[in-house]
Amino acid sequence: MSDIRKAVGIVFANMHDELVKDLTSDRTMGSVPFGGRYRLVDFPLSNMVNAGITKVGLITKANYQSLMDHVGSGRDWDLTRKREGLHILPPYGGHDAVMYRGKIEALAGALSFLRHSQAEYVIMSDCDTILNMDFREMLDVHLKSGADLTVAYAHATLLPGQSRNTVLFEVDETRRVTSVLCGTVANGPGNISLNIMVAGKSFLEELVQESMARGYYNLDRDILQRSCGEIHIQGYEFKGYFRKIQSTKSFYDANMDLLNRDVRAQLFPENRAIYTKVRDEAPVRYGMQAAARNCLIADGCTIEGEVENSIIFRGVYVQKGARVRNSILMQGTVVGQKSDIQYMITDKDVTITDYRTIAGSFAYPVFVSKGSVI
Amino acid sequence: MTTKKECVAMLLAGGQGSRLYVLTQQMAKPAVPFGGKYRIIDFPLSNCTNSGIDTVGVLTQYQPLVLNAYLGNGQPWDLDRVYGGLHVLPPYQSTKGGTWYKGTANAIYQNISFVDAYDPEYVIILSGDHIYKMDYAEMLSYHKRHRADATIAVIEVEMQEASRFGIMNADDEDRIFEFEEKPKNPKSNLASMGIYIFNWNKLKQYLVDDENDPHSSNDFGKNIIPAMLNANERMFAYHFNGYWKDVGTIDSLWEANMDLLNPNIPLDLYDKSWRIYSRNPVAPPHYMSPMARVESSMVTEGCNVYGNVDFSILFPGVTIEEEAVITDSIIMPGAVIKKGAVVEYSIVGEHAVIGENVHIGARPEAVENKENWGVAVIGPQVHVSDGKVVAPKQMVADNI
Repeated sequence: MSDIRKAVGIVFANMHDELVKDLTSDRTMGSVPFGGRYRLVDFPLSNMVNAGITKVGLITKANYQSLMDHVGSGRDWDLTRKREGLHILPPYGGHDAVMYRGKIEALAGALSFLRHSQAEYVIMSDCDTILNMDFREMLDVHLKSGADLTVAYAHATLLPGQSRNTVLFEVDETRRVTSVLCGTVANGPGNISLNIMVAGKSFLEELVQESMARGYYNLDRDILQRSCGEIHIQGYEFKGYFRKIQSTKSFYDANMDLLNRDVRAQLFPENRAIYTKVRDEAPVRYGMQAAARNCLIADGCTIEGEVENSIIFRGVYVQKGARVRNSILMQGTVVGQKSDIQYMITDKDVTITDYRTIAGSFAYPVFVSKGSVI
Repeated sequence: MTTKKECVAMLLAGGQGSRLYVLTQQMAKPAVPFGGKYRIIDFPLSNCTNSGIDTVGVLTQYQPLVLNAYLGNGQPWDLDRVYGGLHVLPPYQSTKGGTWYKGTANAIYQNISFVDAYDPEYVIILSGDHIYKMDYAEMLSYHKRHRADATIAVIEVEMQEASRFGIMNADDEDRIFEFEEKPKNPKSNLASMGIYIFNWNKLKQYLVDDENDPHSSNDFGKNIIPAMLNANERMFAYHFNGYWKDVGTIDSLWEANMDLLNPNIPLDLYDKSWRIYSRNPVAPPHYMSPMARVESSMVTEGCNVYGNVDFSILFPGVTIEEEAVITDSIIMPGAVIKKGAVVEYSIVGEHAVIGENVHIGARPEAVENKENWGVAVIGPQVHVSDGKVVAPKQMVADNI
């Protein structure tokens, strides 16, 4: 067994922001709300903490106010420590500091964090993949294979339109990566990258410095793809539930997946809980004529109307006679009396006034941006 | 930052709460779950934080394990402070030996040095038995305005109920001249809420004198307050008009929970300016299945509802299986109600498991002799096997 105490975590909060522009117009990918009470960053952070990692660097570059507000000192993930704990790593460097363009540059900005760490291994994760994964198992695979770098993938069928933004691995019978495809036009089954990696710390430090010297900044293209013959890249196959957030539609689908009992059991097992910011909201209050069918509803809500097939975040108010179907209502949304909405995603603090009827469709849910009044 | 505090709170949380029977066999009353995601002690602790009192001594004695684990370092109530904060104060040994807390006054007496460490002008005495939201800072300014030696919070109760309470008799200026514990013929309807503010130096003297009296039962209501009245100290009644409920009995605990479902009861848990803090569960939002029916109820995170819930309160992590019917009941954390079970007018304890097609409790209308009706209680961790019937008013402490 590997010694997880020798591992340090790195979470990239901003990677893939551009894929869900609606949701990230004033937040990072990591702080995109999910599943009624979570933010995407909760998954990598909780996975790390549940594996026993006690030091995590959270790399961010822009729009990070909501992220900072969410993670705070890291207490809710038990990462408020005298030694170790959570470190937020905004862009940093000398006079030549730039906004990083890729993971290599992002890691270059975090080199001093890594150098100060006593760790021997680094576990890195983006925030775009919803999963509950045992990082200890992945670290074991990394150590047993003696690889320079281990990448997590899932064997699955690429959804239409997904391939452009997806990295695929081809592996041999020992799951060693033999080639890396970035944004192919291919469809069908493949080994989809989950954007989770393990590397030896000193190997990673050298790799980053060397790559910077050569002007490389994209880890997938410039390192994995170019050097997979030279360095040993091991694949680790994850077999549980996962969902990648690559578009507003996949965000919608990932939320709706939570209405499935089996998905909830895989994502929120009791022994590997997903932690999030505590908000001290009161329980949900259901009114006299309320109805809720096939819904996930977070605390602090008042439900006086009907909700069905929906994900309801904290502090939402569905007034009398209102109907909400197949929708995602984020924190503080108000649905006025007798309004009828379907296939909608409302960002935080949206108000839908009385007697409105709005419907998106399953293929194109309507997105309403933060604070709008309809 | 300074080590001096103007006012220190001392919260009496050592009581057994024996009238809650099976619910307090394993835990002190202040730790009993209340209101969907709280425990009783969350109310006085949140009141302290919201009133700007950041130093709280919690006096524990009876079955402290659950309570201590719940309190931790006080962080959920923002009471983890560099100076002050929350301190759990159990009885302790000293060179002169040691005793259990003999009474409420003795509990404070034994912790004089704790209070002295903060050198406060005032000390507020609270208990962990009541559900209410109150601004102690307002009471303190009343105390100061009246240049009082002691201020006692009072609430007006129905005259016919008054003989159940400690009654304060006060003059037109609210100066208290008499205190009667559970009087047969009450002269007023001002009931003591068990919330006292004292000038610390004054109280300290009375605590020492009380301790030296071998005949004293070392109790605030029985000894300290009467002694101060006898000495003609300035004691005032502070009128409180909000919601306040003692939850010392099964019936009152059930009623106070049900009050939360009544829109006309002025206890607003949703008021963001006076939040009730608690140790929040780590669980996903609650799930309502396509077959679930829920009306006039409170449901919290971690619950899975496949059956029917009406006029009830579900605590974190409760499962209600298909075709189960929950009416006018309180289902405490982690309990499982299996398929087809009916639970009416009942309290189901933490992690209890109610088997398939079990019937617990009954509506008052369904019972002919009203003497036989009451809230049914299933103790914590109790398993009730499939098909059993639990009568109203029955209390189940062991697996059946």
